[in-house]
Amino acid sequence: MTEPAPALEVAGLHFTYPDGRHALEGTDLVVFDGEKVAVLGPNGAGKTTLMLHLNGIHTPTRGTVAVGGLPVVKANLREIRRRVGIVFQDPDDQLFMPTVGQDVAFGPANLGLRGDELDARVADALSAVGMSRHRDRAPHHLSFGERRRVALATVLAMQPDVLVLDEPSANLDPASRRELVEILLTLEITLVMVTHDLPYALQLCPRSVVLDSGMAAADGETRTLLADAALLARHRLELPYGFDRRLLEVDGVDAARRV
Amino acid sequence: MNNAHGTGLYMDHTGRLHRLAAHSKLVGTLGFVAAVVATPREQWWSFVADGVIVAMVAVLAGLPLGLLARRLTIELPFIAFALLMPFVGNGPTVRLAGVNLSQAGLWSAWSIVAKGTLGVAATVVLASTTAVPQLITGFERLRVPRALTAIGAFMIRYLDVVTGELQRMRVARESRGDRARWLWQAKAVGAGAGALFVRSYERGERVFLAMESRGYTGTLPSVRRGDEPRHWAACLAPAALASACAIAAWRFR
Amino acid sequence: MHIPDGFIDGTTSAFGGGVAVGTVAGCLRRTRDLLDDRQVPLVGLTSAFVFAAQMLNFPVAAGTSGHLLGGVLAAVLVGPWAGALAVSVVLVVQALLFADGGLSALGLNVVNMALVGALGGYAVFAAIRALLPKTKASVVAAAGVAAALAPTMAAIVFTAEYALGGNGAASVATVAKAMIGVHLLIGVGEGAITAMTISAVMATRPDLVHGAAHIATRAPSRDDTAGVPA
Repeated sequence: MTEPAPALEVAGLHFTYPDGRHALEGTDLVVFDGEKVAVLGPNGAGKTTLMLHLNGIHTPTRGTVAVGGLPVVKANLREIRRRVGIVFQDPDDQLFMPTVGQDVAFGPANLGLRGDELDARVADALSAVGMSRHRDRAPHHLSFGERRRVALATVLAMQPDVLVLDEPSANLDPASRRELVEILLTLEITLVMVTHDLPYALQLCPRSVVLDSGMAAADGETRTLLADAALLARHRLELPYGFDRRLLEVDGVDAARRV
Repeated sequence: MNNAHGTGLYMDHTGRLHRLAAHSKLVGTLGFVAAVVATPREQWWSFVADGVIVAMVAVLAGLPLGLLARRLTIELPFIAFALLMPFVGNGPTVRLAGVNLSQAGLWSAWSIVAKGTLGVAATVVLASTTAVPQLITGFERLRVPRALTAIGAFMIRYLDVVTGELQRMRVARESRGDRARWLWQAKAVGAGAGALFVRSYERGERVFLAMESRGYTGTLPSVRRGDEPRHWAACLAPAALASACAIAAWRFR
Repeated sequence: MHIPDGFIDGTTSAFGGGVAVGTVAGCLRRTRDLLDDRQVPLVGLTSAFVFAAQMLNFPVAAGTSGHLLGGVLAAVLVGPWAGALAVSVVLVVQALLFADGGLSALGLNVVNMALVGALGGYAVFAAIRALLPKTKASVVAAAGVAAALAPTMAAIVFTAEYALGGNGAASVATVAKAMIGVHLLIGVGEGAITAMTISAVMATRPDLVHGAAHIATRAPSRDDTAGVPA
């Protein structure tokens, strides 16, 4: 055996919507096992479109996507969707079953799990996000932050190799935001996070890729990219008012976890 | 308006009836209502007996009777309709407080009010003691096609989301001074309904995407969990009693 | 017009129940063929939309207001079968969760509002549309006229149910006159709001209007976050 295939490999990806709009124009992205990568970009940069290619919801107009060496093509979709778990931006889109427990069971049941094994998956996933007590509640009775955590659990229950999060911090209050970071930092998993929330990317992902007009415009250490004011301005990215720039200067992991 | 529609009339507490199997309760309620509807209206004692049965079940369920009475108000428009009957009915009349009232009209008013009230009361007891997920499981056990129970489950899941959006759009519209008084000024209502539909439909599409991402291939999982006890005897008892009353009422007619 | 228990006799109600089961079964078969496995969330969301639309009050004349029934609206938007299915599910949920409409009369209510209101209304819509030129305005006009007539059609069927097994003292002629009169008035509001709603959807997402599928429409650009099924 030669060296293992990357967790994710996107090469020369082009995608055009049926109405003729070009969303991706030659995107490249390689993510290795265990990496945590933020895909940064302004609204309309093609972030969500890219995300929907990672598990084969969209089929590329041109280019290829592979997950752990397995090409994303129709014949492999079942295995691809086990390997890549997507947490969507609006938890109300993701949680549709009458109870939290049933919703978390939906994915693993689609993978063919039944009985005790299924139960154990649900219990583990709910405990990973600290929602075990809410197993029998209806999703629409939970707070927004709780719903986002349950949405994460519905994907964790499938034990994916790669976790993809779409704007995980959107609409969260500061406490829910911090709770979600704490959960995500405990997960030992390859993580791709699509966002325009730069401090959140800094907190969670050592590496970032800037996506603009359907192409990867920059790729490197998150701290270095965020310190490059000209680069951010070129791609309509901005650090929020009051952001402590010292966070970008300190070394190592501490800096990334201090916020 | 902050009331959750997704739960209907359900009361979250654990009474005896809450623990019974939903499919048995559904059949029992339907049987009870059918027996009431089939009872000849002239045998008033039979309806009194049915009323006592519902009241007893409600007490057993731990439902406050005052609450039950308040929930009966849903029927008011029909009571108004029923009260018109004695004035518009044909045939022989009786004189009451100086007004000529149709006998047939009085009978039909009585029976609409009696049967309608008993029907609503029985449904309220069912709805108050059965959580929505259990109701859906109940339908599945009664062999209702999975597609139909799933559509129902989706609808209930998104009732609060959609009505919440509607409410916010209405508030935003009225905050900008929209106050139509005549039908032809209601264009904003139509535009609002249109926007609501587009949002609902697009959400349906996104929900489908999220399901596909979790490996959905067109077969929905059953929401059934482990075996519930059946309790058929307990659930069918009120229906059996009401049927006995109905049969007796036909006999003694 | 949710018929309560005891308004129509048991035999007629049971007959209505049988017709309703047949209607729903037919709709399920047709939607399965047309919409594939995507039907379930979409019809469920349409049901939630119809339920919400029925809460939408609109002014009729100074001080009075009406609300939408939504049968023709749903049928024109998502197609007759899915629309009738959505309306039926709304009726079941209203009866069971809110005790609105009698359990024994559920079949009759499905007949009046899904079979006659949505499917029958759609048939009227399709007939009128066929007579008009193939334009957006024709779709809006046909939907408006069909929605205006649908409540009266339902009222006529209700009168027939009353004649068969009505538990009332009023003569069939009296009921017919009252019901048809009232529903002609309701139809004015229903038609106007339905037309305005269809017109609003045609302006933003014409591709979503099933009843306009015969006019070539193209989906407008969607933003980054909008769901676009593969």
